[in-house]
Amino acid sequence: MSIYQERILDHYKYPRNQGEIEKPDKKTAVHNPLCGDSIKMYAVFEKNKIKKISFIASGCVISKASASLLSEYAVKKSKEQLRKLDKAFIINMLGIELGPNRVKCALLALEALQKLLI
Amino acid sequence: MINVTKIKKDFPIFTFNPELIYLDSTATSLKPQLVIDKLNTYYQEYSANIYRGIYDISEKATEEFEKTREAVASFIHSYLSDEIIFTRNTTESINLIMYTLGDKIISKNDEIAVSIMEHHSNFVPWQVLAQRKSATLSIIDIDNNGQLVDISKTVTKKTKILSLTYISNVLGTINPIKKIIQQAKQINPEIIVIIDAAQAVPHIKVDVQDLNCDFLVFSSHKMLGPTGVGVLWGRKELLEHMNPFLYGGEMIETVSTKQTTYKTTPQKFEAGTPHIAGIIALREAIEYINAIGLKHIYLHEQTLVNYAIHFLEDSFKKKIQIFGPREMRSGIISFTLDKIHPHDIAQLLNDDHIAVRAGNHCAMPLHTRLHITASIRASFYLYNTTHDIDMLVKSLHKAIKIIG
Ligand SMILES: Cc1ncc(COP(=O)(O)O)c(C=O)c1O
Repeated sequence: MSIYQERILDHYKYPRNQGEIEKPDKKTAVHNPLCGDSIKMYAVFEKNKIKKISFIASGCVISKASASLLSEYAVKKSKEQLRKLDKAFIINMLGIELGPNRVKCALLALEALQKLLI
Repeated sequence: MINVTKIKKDFPIFTFNPELIYLDSTATSLKPQLVIDKLNTYYQEYSANIYRGIYDISEKATEEFEKTREAVASFIHSYLSDEIIFTRNTTESINLIMYTLGDKIISKNDEIAVSIMEHHSNFVPWQVLAQRKSATLSIIDIDNNGQLVDISKTVTKKTKILSLTYISNVLGTINPIKKIIQQAKQINPEIIVIIDAAQAVPHIKVDVQDLNCDFLVFSSHKMLGPTGVGVLWGRKELLEHMNPFLYGGEMIETVSTKQTTYKTTPQKFEAGTPHIAGIIALREAIEYINAIGLKHIYLHEQTLVNYAIHFLEDSFKKKIQIFGPREMRSGIISFTLDKIHPHDIAQLLNDDHIAVRAGNHCAMPLHTRLHITASIRASFYLYNTTHDIDMLVKSLHKAIKIIG
């Protein structure tokens, strides 16, 4: 089955939480030099939880859709909860099968999120 | 003219994958049944080590092995089969030269020249050597056509090594290697010229005598042969003065507890048991290519690449950016399409059983020079048809519709 399902393409074409937050508590940037994907991510925290999160991504469908879906999920979640997220979670969240080469694209957003939580 | 319908029958991969449209021969070529059978015959009928056994099947293996050396020598028009050294691949051949000759002749403030269109395997070893010796790595640029600029701005009297690709694995540019070598040797008569012919030997007639280079390297797996086999051709007088690369069995003459002496070339550079079956089967690949004729293969690829460029440009107009020159190019097309990430294109093409490469194709400096991070590459060989290109264009239209 194609990985380009409607839900994925929808998040790619109309990303949720896209953009920059003006005064974030934390911001980070990650980059995959091999394919040129890059993600900047911004967050505002309230106590231990993410109050607001946003990102700017350039890259393939998978990396962008993954960032969009993950940002939706992350809102109102605690740092502890989010630190537990792993590869299996991301693959499940996307709901598509990915070969070893494309998994890296999907995981870039998670890498950015984890850096925000440090 | 070559008969592709007949040729495709020689490649069993099309029996196992009837829908496959393979447009990635630049990465590695497909293998004809004859080559696969030749590997099996060695393992089934005479799988003995070479040089060592005084018994029939070892003699047979040695003989078959050495026959490939002769076949390779005549394929690239080397006078002496002693000038053919078997390695694992192009990358190892280049590293061998770097570690033995390069290490010896490069010192502080010397210059090593490469071009911006090199594959990493002909870029990184020289960058590392230059750094280690405090030498300078000079880089020949390309023009807007994707052709090399005049080398006289880069190659100087201090340039001790010039290592250059014959054909770019991204742009498809066929460099005027013979002229460049002449020019380089006028600038510095002592210069050592190494030619990365990984994309040339499978597609055009390469003649080391005519080119007047010092070393020339390529890989079996890109010319219908097995993986794990590479070739290094070098001038005998140079090879004789070079130290061994790896030490061990097969390459020694005498060993005492105090001292070891080495065999002469080529064995001096072939330590350990090589990929015997692969090397033997490479001869089958060469014979297959010879039977069809490099001239015919080249003309076929020219037809395909010209057809593809016109069809792609007609179909996608300003949405497509095709890199590389319109003349003197081999059957390789790299492009970007409508700001869609190349990985997405490749993935969508895969849904239609079309295999292309997406990424930087082991040529990051070139992609940086072109101001892109990745491209899509379609490449052609003797088993491709214009129908393959029609399917490619159709599938690209679909990709734009889905994610464009
Ligand atoms: C121009 C060029 N040089 C070197 C190489 C490296 O070949 P190998 O991977 O067989 O060592 C390639 C293969 O991709 C190539 O296209």
